[in-house]
Amino acid sequence: MSSQAVAGPHDFLRAQIRWRWSEIAFWLATLLPFVLAPDYLVLASQIAITALFALSLDLILGFSGIVSLGHAAYFGVGAYTAGLISAWGFGDPLLGLVAAAFAAGIFGYLTSFIIARFRHLALIMITLGIALLLQEAANSASWLTGGFDGLQGIHTWPIFGRFDFDLYGYTAYSYSLVALFIVFLVARRLIYSPFGLALRGIRENGQRMPTIGAPTHVHIRTIYTIAAVIAGIAGALLAQTTETVSLEALGFQRSADVLVMLILGGTGRLYGGLIGAIVYMVARDQFSGLNPQYWYFWIGLLLIAVVMLLPNGLLGGLELLARRTQGKP
Amino acid sequence: MPPVFGVLFDGLAYGMLLFLMSVGLSVTLGMMNFVNLAHCSFAMLGGYVTVTLMNAFGWPFLATLPVAFIAAAAASVLLERLFFRRFYNATELSQCLLTIGIVFVSVAAAAYIYGTDEQPVHLPAYLLGSITFMGLDFAIYRIFLIAAAMLITIVLVVAVEATRFGAQVRAAVNNQRMARGLGIDVDSLFAITFALGGGLAGLGGALAIAMVGLDPSFALTYLIYVLIVVSVGGLGSIAGSFAAAIVLGVSDMAGKYYVPALGSILIYLVMMVLLMWRPTGLFGRR
Repeated sequence: MSSQAVAGPHDFLRAQIRWRWSEIAFWLATLLPFVLAPDYLVLASQIAITALFALSLDLILGFSGIVSLGHAAYFGVGAYTAGLISAWGFGDPLLGLVAAAFAAGIFGYLTSFIIARFRHLALIMITLGIALLLQEAANSASWLTGGFDGLQGIHTWPIFGRFDFDLYGYTAYSYSLVALFIVFLVARRLIYSPFGLALRGIRENGQRMPTIGAPTHVHIRTIYTIAAVIAGIAGALLAQTTETVSLEALGFQRSADVLVMLILGGTGRLYGGLIGAIVYMVARDQFSGLNPQYWYFWIGLLLIAVVMLLPNGLLGGLELLARRTQGKP
Repeated sequence: MPPVFGVLFDGLAYGMLLFLMSVGLSVTLGMMNFVNLAHCSFAMLGGYVTVTLMNAFGWPFLATLPVAFIAAAAASVLLERLFFRRFYNATELSQCLLTIGIVFVSVAAAAYIYGTDEQPVHLPAYLLGSITFMGLDFAIYRIFLIAAAMLITIVLVVAVEATRFGAQVRAAVNNQRMARGLGIDVDSLFAITFALGGGLAGLGGALAIAMVGLDPSFALTYLIYVLIVVSVGGLGSIAGSFAAAIVLGVSDMAGKYYVPALGSILIYLVMMVLLMWRPTGLFGRR
């Protein structure tokens, strides 16, 4: 094995999965808010949760080419499950997290049978339809979900009975960050596995994959269920750290926001959703004085600019810049 | 009025509005496979043009309609030349993102200029009230709406079926590369079609505001309905859009009338079931 060109698929994957210095630096940097910005830990925990949600969308959109305009459905199922369990008197956060992951996973598995059948515009409409249906259902079932007013009476117990959720967000950020890191490790392992390679094949050419013997539908169902589980975990984290759940957790706005973040960061590159979430959430926090109506004016301009000028997102642009400065083609 | 007839009548009027707002998108999607989520922004533009001309300049309602059509057509052809034409070969995702960006900008611009309140619409006296026929009341404006939409539909069908331009459009929808091979200038054909589609959306928006109201969220609210009509009807099919618009208009009205507790669940369910039954739409071929 002298060069990569003749290396087998396993060597190819092994070369990709090696940890890079930039990755280690990134994860060390996530600890900085504890030291540098202790006033912003609540925001930091929100960012970690949103990044987790964006990572989940990246798995289906960036790596498998399943465009979804309704990913908030799974986020919302997770959030409501964790919220309801807590409201019924079982406030243990880990129990809520596992239950939310299960509920979102089951819902994701059931809907994945529909998802796998569609492509193109019909797929976008179906994902949108699932989320809208779920939101309307949650709105109608106000005896369960609190309807328009949101779910009342959520109280999250301390983690392991020891670490209480404080006002400054120390526990919330630690908890969200650990969850994000663990899920990220799993997603990273998944993407650099033969299964991950098959997913990229489906993304690149959905017609050719079955002809080389890949069970396309099974792969799509699997990754869709996994992404739903991750989205559910993100929803549960939000419900537990903020102790509120409202219909907004299921809304179109949330699906659109996470899509914007992922596109901003760059799809199909694991860190795209994370970077996008950081940039988007920090910017929104800085402009929080702005009327939300006008905030979307800038988001709209940003979307147009990213699609026209940076088709691979911020990370893609950075890569291009790095390659230019090193004089490589 | 017996509920069944009332619901059918209202649903028909509502379906006609949805048809006017969506037919342009259906044809352009069928021709270029370009997912234009900003289509309802053109409808919103038409609505605001009508409101402004009526309230600020005192124009009569009917006189504002052609202006709404022209303004929306001009805006759509401008956007097509500036942005959209570079994205005909891009992925659906890029197209979606570009156009949803335009939707966000248009919604914010409308909110900035007109505020977020619903705009007042003062219809002329001869369009108000209702007439009684065989013991049933029919709102005059809705009769006007249905008649206008029917007229436009007939003109549209004749234009597409019986003119040289229509034949070229059908050829381009059917097989774009073959049409190019036969010497049809698909690019400029598409620009004209896009302008007409945008104009029809603007006209639909102008007609819609008296029935459904107008505020900056119009572009997003009706986008979902228009997308449902297009995807259920089948891309590039005028007859399909017509059928889908009526089915969805009637089922939405029926849902709101008979089972208000379900909210909009019914219309989404109808869409999902129709799409699962025929993923390419009722009249779609691809």
